[in-house]
Amino acid sequence: MVTGKSSKVGNSIAISILFVFSLVWMFPIFWTLLQSLRPYGDVLKFGSVSWPHHLNLHNYWTALVQSQMWRYFINSFEVAVPAVVITLFLASMVAFVVSRYSFKFNVALLMLFTAGNLLPPQLVFIPIFRLYIHVWVPNFINGDGVLYNTQLGLILIHVALQMGFATFVLSNYLKTIPKEISESALVDGASVWKHYYVVILPLLRPALASLGVLMTTWIYNDFFWSVALLSSGDKRPITAALSNLQGEFFTDYNLLAAGATLAFIPTLIVFFTLRKQFVSGLTLGSTKG
Amino acid sequence: MTSSTTTKTAAAEVTPRRRRRGHSFTKTDRAVLAGLVGGPTLLHVLLVWIPAFCTVALSFTYWDGIGGLDQIHWVGLKNYQQIFTIYQDFRPAVRNNVLWLGFFALIATPLGVILAYYIDKELKGTKFFQTAFYLPMVLSLAVTGIVWDYIFRTNGFVNSVMGDTSAQTATSWFGDPNKNIWIVLLIASWRHIGYVMLLYLAGMKSVDPSLHEAAAIDGATAWYTFRKVIFPSLRPVNVIIIVITVIDSLRAFDLVYIINRGRNGLQLLGVLVYDNIFGEATRIGWGSALATILFALSIVPIMLYLYQTFKRDN
Repeated sequence: MVTGKSSKVGNSIAISILFVFSLVWMFPIFWTLLQSLRPYGDVLKFGSVSWPHHLNLHNYWTALVQSQMWRYFINSFEVAVPAVVITLFLASMVAFVVSRYSFKFNVALLMLFTAGNLLPPQLVFIPIFRLYIHVWVPNFINGDGVLYNTQLGLILIHVALQMGFATFVLSNYLKTIPKEISESALVDGASVWKHYYVVILPLLRPALASLGVLMTTWIYNDFFWSVALLSSGDKRPITAALSNLQGEFFTDYNLLAAGATLAFIPTLIVFFTLRKQFVSGLTLGSTKG
Repeated sequence: MTSSTTTKTAAAEVTPRRRRRGHSFTKTDRAVLAGLVGGPTLLHVLLVWIPAFCTVALSFTYWDGIGGLDQIHWVGLKNYQQIFTIYQDFRPAVRNNVLWLGFFALIATPLGVILAYYIDKELKGTKFFQTAFYLPMVLSLAVTGIVWDYIFRTNGFVNSVMGDTSAQTATSWFGDPNKNIWIVLLIASWRHIGYVMLLYLAGMKSVDPSLHEAAAIDGATAWYTFRKVIFPSLRPVNVIIIVITVIDSLRAFDLVYIINRGRNGLQLLGVLVYDNIFGEATRIGWGSALATILFALSIVPIMLYLYQTFKRDN
């Protein structure tokens, strides 16, 4: 098996298998796209596996305008953007301290954050839900006057949970940056805040970008917390709002396909344009140093 | 999050100093440090750890959620006893979670590793393959459930190809409680495999190339090198993948919830917790006990992860 020829044959077999696999992998996405372009009546008449007689964007128009899905996109952004920005800001502060100063609590603190991120969300959500229905918020945030069923509540829980992962990743990243850079700042007599804000934060930029891309995708894709903490359908982000398109007795599956496609298009765009950041965000947490 | 005005005063006060292990901070510096660590930690503890412990505490109580906290009664281990004996959905849920874990551990995860091994060879078309396998990862599990519904629904792709889409006679992939969990595992693996592959590839890229070369000089085959040299050197990545496999199997919720709300053969512990809070009856004690069981099962992988990650720091 070590001769050049047989390994070449082996490679072509591997390529063919990989090729078939990857087509199978992409097929469901392709299939959903196709369904989304077909009118429901067409599928009803000819079956879902049939020559597409009509292909148009009508389902998309219905989903976006008639079912007002554009609102849910806004909801998604209203949740994801603040959540990610706050998370990165808070996590970078903790990461800065534990990686630049040698306090006794450093490792314990990092462990607390890391473990917190690994807890099953089901363990956290019952008291959070009970808490949220009792915490008072001003009327302009929620007419009901409580934190439950507000996007603010959803943002808070995302921040608290994602912070664990972000802190862990950022502090790992900072450990790879030589401390000399900080020391010159200290010799200059910079305050702690300046050290963080002027020296460390700019250094963190690549890691913040990767984490930002990854966490935006995660929060955008969140389903569990949105369903658990937002009772009114019209406040839900797009991923959770998809179930609004599923009727109790009747579902226009081609419309739903358009809705699902609309929901995953932003993540696909992010993936194809910022793939490097997405991938490095995922691996920053897994490979040390 | 102190304002930048403090910076100026701090800078003015500071005398040149060396790093002397936390004794040379000014008052402002100390306050800033406390804020930098304390603020985020407080939020995290308040919204994650305290609720987690409350759940464990609530698992020993009875509370239907109506009325104030004074309506909570201590019942000891009764919730657990009832869950183990009379809660009909518990057994199928445990079975499904175990099945999920087994399927991931024995099939999906190894497949991801094998794919990574071949992708790492940088064969022709490697970029395309990589993209294909990564794609499911950017889709949410909710969308994933919808996407696969078009493949397996009664009049979906598979049944159409098999030639029977009638509601009466065709195979109901999601409706048949003996089949649906396998379909769900297939779908979950679709996503999991790419994730494992990604992590593994990153790990393999970080392996010292001289290891490869040394093995090649010794005349070892690529597969032998992988098994005996590369795989053992990737211990940290292996641990992380084991942890992710276990934890994701325990957390599973979205996929089955979007398919049929986790009923009729698709029960999972994660869904039962939810059902006991938002279902027909609110049984906070039961829900908390189920969540605590999930927690107990997660402790081992969490500890394993912490040990692997932090052992070199100490």
